[in-house]
Amino acid sequence: MNVPRPNSLRTGPDERGHFGIFGGRFVAETLMPLILELERAYGEAKADPAFKAEMDSHLRHYVGRPSPLYFAERLTAHLGGAKIYLKREDLNHTGAHKVNNVLGQIMLARRMGKRRIIAETGAGMHGVATATLCAKFGLECVVYMGAVDVARQQPNVLRMQALGAKVIPVESGSRTLKDAMNEALRDWVTNVATTFYCIGTVAGPHPYPMMVRDFQCVIGNETREQMLAAEGRLPDSLVACIGGGSNAMGLFHPFLDEDAIEIYGVEAAGHGLETGLHAASIAGGRPGVLHGNRTYLLMTEDGQIREAHSISAGLDYPGIGPEHAWLHEVGRIKFLSATDGEALEAFRLLCRLEGIIPALEPAHALAKVVEIAPTKPKDHLMVVNLSGRGDKDLASVAEHLGGNL
Amino acid sequence: MSTTRIDRRFAALKAEGRAALVTFVTAGDPDPATSRAILRSLPAAGADVIELGMPFTDPMADGPAIQASSQRALKAGQTMAKTLDMVRAFRAEDDATPIVLMGYYNPIYVYGVGRFLDDAKAAGVDGLIVVDLPPEEDDELCLPALAAGLNFIRLATPTTDDRRLPAVLANTSGFVYYVSITGITGAAAPDTARVKEAVARIKRHTRLPVAVGFGVRTPEQARAIAEGADGVVIGSALVDALRASLDAGGRATAGTVSAVTDLVAALARGVRGAARVPAREPGKTGATGER
Repeated sequence: MNVPRPNSLRTGPDERGHFGIFGGRFVAETLMPLILELERAYGEAKADPAFKAEMDSHLRHYVGRPSPLYFAERLTAHLGGAKIYLKREDLNHTGAHKVNNVLGQIMLARRMGKRRIIAETGAGMHGVATATLCAKFGLECVVYMGAVDVARQQPNVLRMQALGAKVIPVESGSRTLKDAMNEALRDWVTNVATTFYCIGTVAGPHPYPMMVRDFQCVIGNETREQMLAAEGRLPDSLVACIGGGSNAMGLFHPFLDEDAIEIYGVEAAGHGLETGLHAASIAGGRPGVLHGNRTYLLMTEDGQIREAHSISAGLDYPGIGPEHAWLHEVGRIKFLSATDGEALEAFRLLCRLEGIIPALEPAHALAKVVEIAPTKPKDHLMVVNLSGRGDKDLASVAEHLGGNL
Repeated sequence: MSTTRIDRRFAALKAEGRAALVTFVTAGDPDPATSRAILRSLPAAGADVIELGMPFTDPMADGPAIQASSQRALKAGQTMAKTLDMVRAFRAEDDATPIVLMGYYNPIYVYGVGRFLDDAKAAGVDGLIVVDLPPEEDDELCLPALAAGLNFIRLATPTTDDRRLPAVLANTSGFVYYVSITGITGAAAPDTARVKEAVARIKRHTRLPVAVGFGVRTPEQARAIAEGADGVVIGSALVDALRASLDAGGRATAGTVSAVTDLVAALARGVRGAARVPAREPGKTGATGER
């Protein structure tokens, strides 16, 4: 790549929210004053030791952090190469990494005096995390979810409802995550005075990509300490799945400046990149502007957004966080992709070898571990972000495998 | 500074002592031929300024009516090139009615900003409204558009306070589009008293005409808004009238063009019936259009 690379890759974004040409604040004027207020409020919270102390306390006592860094011994033996560690974000309260970010944003919403929280959700994990923390802090919660996802992620719909959230099925457009985000933005424009929009990934207008990244960096920071404790040195490679890319950014970001560490982001190839039915924005998209930021998007020649396709509702989004787009262009993250079929195989493998049912999202990362690990020496330390648990996916996995779990 | 069709039209209406009727339709809705017929019939029906929507798959600031309208247009094969062709064809017959292209940034960005501005200017476009480009992103399109001689019309909203207003108005030209509600297009009806106050507030900061839109649906509302504003924008109501005229398969019928033009005519009567103090001499400062 010919994009200039700064001395540190961890200093972005600039004051206007840009990572290279990516990011920015492409929103309607109605939202702009609030976005600026949010940026100010986040800056103040970040500088306030009491905010961090309260966050750390909730992360420990409510979320259950630190999450284990688990040596997957049988998976390692089976693949016969790199020593594979799983970062167990699936063991967090609510069952995924999403809660790390939601906690931060809900604490910020409380500081800003906002009592009504809205969120979009794909697989439902972000919606569940948001519903959970709204229940804990006594806030009103409205979750927008594509009608297609409501159907394929029923357990999470029920969890959100049990937690007191109102789940609104979105019937517009492709009826998946991108349309849920459109609808959440429409709600926000309408209720801007009372409402905080809790975005679930490292996307959206500045300061969201930066803020969500910061809240998710707990994953990578813990991994660093845990790996030093376990092996006395840093990992050699990191692997994570990427839809919007918050779990990946959380793991990768603290290691970006360690040049020797290989970093792999795995996008969803759906039915296969060659079919056009996929959700791989880097592999199959190009730069455009959607949902408040410039990034790689799946779109037509005429700039119309294309529907993404993935077995995983959490990866079924035609874009990717702007910082990932930039890290791709500067060549720091190597992007790969895994098909629905490969993810299902990896799903089954982890269940049988480790007694862990992964979500279909990290199953995409595992699918590439299956390819990469055998090519590495036995002393190569590989960390995979096991970003969520797979209970929610059992019905759709059973359907795809013809009942043959 | 040279004037544009938009400047000339608002100046002429100010001299007549009335507000402008600004009509929005989506280019290519419900099909290219019908859309073209609607466009060419708008001035005679009473439209003073035409906003032509550039359809986009993900219209985040629009309500159900304009979302559906964009979907119909895209399904019927509308593209940016076809939208510009429509303007070119219109311009061959009408050299006076201003046309403002309205939409979202991605289709323009993908078309290429330089190429888009060249082609839009050549086709006879007068101004642009791009919903997701706030002043913070002026480098993207606003400044190049101004340099190319196109008006860049900005939205001011109820959340745009006095502190922010100068930044919003700084590179705005042609007119200011006041969004009368916090919300999406076609939503709740605006409170006309509050709109009047807001328009007066904006006019303290600018000499540009102020047009009011979002949620205005009926000739009566149009008349009330026109008493205090220099223009009234109607979009969702027209698009709804268009939709109601389609057959069960979503195709245009013999009544589709007149469904739109009949409503435009009624709205024009509303706007023209507004009780306004006659405009003072053009060029004089003061509260033109206010009572």
